[in-house]
Amino acid sequence: MCLAVPGKVLTIEERDGTRMATVDFGGVVKDVCLEYLPDLAVGEYTIVHVGFALQRLDEQSAQQTLALFQGLGLMEEEFGDAWEQAAEQAGEPAPAPSPPAAPTAAPAAAAPEGSAR
Amino acid sequence: MKYLDEFQDPALARRLFDEIRATVTRPWALMEVCGGQTHSIIRHGIDQLLPDEIELIHGPGCPVCVTPLEMIDKALEIASRPDVIFCSFGDMLRVPGTGRDLFTVRGEGGDVRVVYSPLDALRVARANPDKQVVFFGIGFETTAPPNAMTVYQARRLGIRNFSLLVSHVRVPPAIEALMTSPDCRVQAFLAAGHVCSVMGTEEYPELAERHRVPIVVTGFEPLDILAGVRLAVRQLERGEHRVENAYPRAVRAEGNPAARAMLADVFEVTDRAWRGIGTIPASGWRLAEAYREFDAEHRFAVGDLTTVEPAECRSGDVLQGLIKPHECEAFGTRCTPRTPLGATMVSSEGACAAYYLYRRLGGVPTPVKAAPVG
Repeated sequence: MCLAVPGKVLTIEERDGTRMATVDFGGVVKDVCLEYLPDLAVGEYTIVHVGFALQRLDEQSAQQTLALFQGLGLMEEEFGDAWEQAAEQAGEPAPAPSPPAAPTAAPAAAAPEGSAR
Repeated sequence: MKYLDEFQDPALARRLFDEIRATVTRPWALMEVCGGQTHSIIRHGIDQLLPDEIELIHGPGCPVCVTPLEMIDKALEIASRPDVIFCSFGDMLRVPGTGRDLFTVRGEGGDVRVVYSPLDALRVARANPDKQVVFFGIGFETTAPPNAMTVYQARRLGIRNFSLLVSHVRVPPAIEALMTSPDCRVQAFLAAGHVCSVMGTEEYPELAERHRVPIVVTGFEPLDILAGVRLAVRQLERGEHRVENAYPRAVRAEGNPAARAMLADVFEVTDRAWRGIGTIPASGWRLAEAYREFDAEHRFAVGDLTTVEPAECRSGDVLQGLIKPHECEAFGTRCTPRTPLGATMVSSEGACAAYYLYRRLGGVPTPVKAAPVG
């Protein structure tokens, strides 16, 4: 129920005296009420729940969080991967060259609801 | 999708798992409050990948699950009336009332419609001026502002054939009730991220201080959950009990002031019964006096109903974190999403539904470790 999905504001208009927007959720476009975030602008990201923009998604904060997570591995890069060391100690063969760290682009068919839980 | 995929990155997840593993030195029990978080945890196997010392207890934050049986029965009675179009989020249709559910009512000829937004229900009311249109207003602080806005708009636009059947609930009183329960094993909370997007974090420092329990505002993607666990465990290991925000891209300390102002205008705080748990003081909202004419309970005078809860259903214990879903004898046998005994088996946020979806296969009854009897 508290499922809320980030989307990008495409257009903004007044309808029946209510501030409404069209918001793009990775290809799915929906009408969203902006009454609770009246200063939201076209191009910004927002968290949307049951057709209402409830909070601005702070893009700078999102990048900072990801950068913090990246930084958590610095010790590992210095001293080696503890998982691989453990596998080595257990006598397992070294793994094949590792695949790219990040997953490649998600398939376009990924439903926004399914990926949002 | 942007701002979802980045927070599911397996390489970063491993860094967070490593960091948590390096921090933990002894057993800790953390409760994720929101059912959306429970589904993310079970679906991604986060509970199985965390160090053995960390147990995740699933909380009561599933509004469909805690909507009291009496309210479901009132919905069934109202939806059965020939002059009514009953609108609801889809989750509610399969929730068992006394002897039937909203699907049964629809099968018997009732006009029951699933809508995406409460504003859709208002549109239905405008298009059908000769019908009474009722929206089932359930949900926590996240869903209450959309419903409040819809009632506000109904009054502003003079749409008098619209009403709201209100069963809203609030998180902080539930945390208070859990912490004062003698059976409570919870040592830290992962607070519900989108509830805090609306309400901010101001309600929580007092709770954290009084119960000496860390409260970490947490999001819903795998990395968000791990970030919440990391901060909670770090506090526990250091003997701290503070409110921290592990979901800053969507939560500000003040929440959403416009939404909070609307909540204060349209609703007033009331005691509310939680299905399977009981009445929790000041844990709900009802329509304020100025909006009472839009209250479906008043408009339809549904009165006192006799409700019968299946004795075998242990959803109340599940919702309080006293047992895990698969520890219920009826789980997956006499209780399935097709033949549910309780709402936790049919809600998209119900813990029983999460275990049924993601954990019922695999040879043994379930791959998770049985929790100690609490």
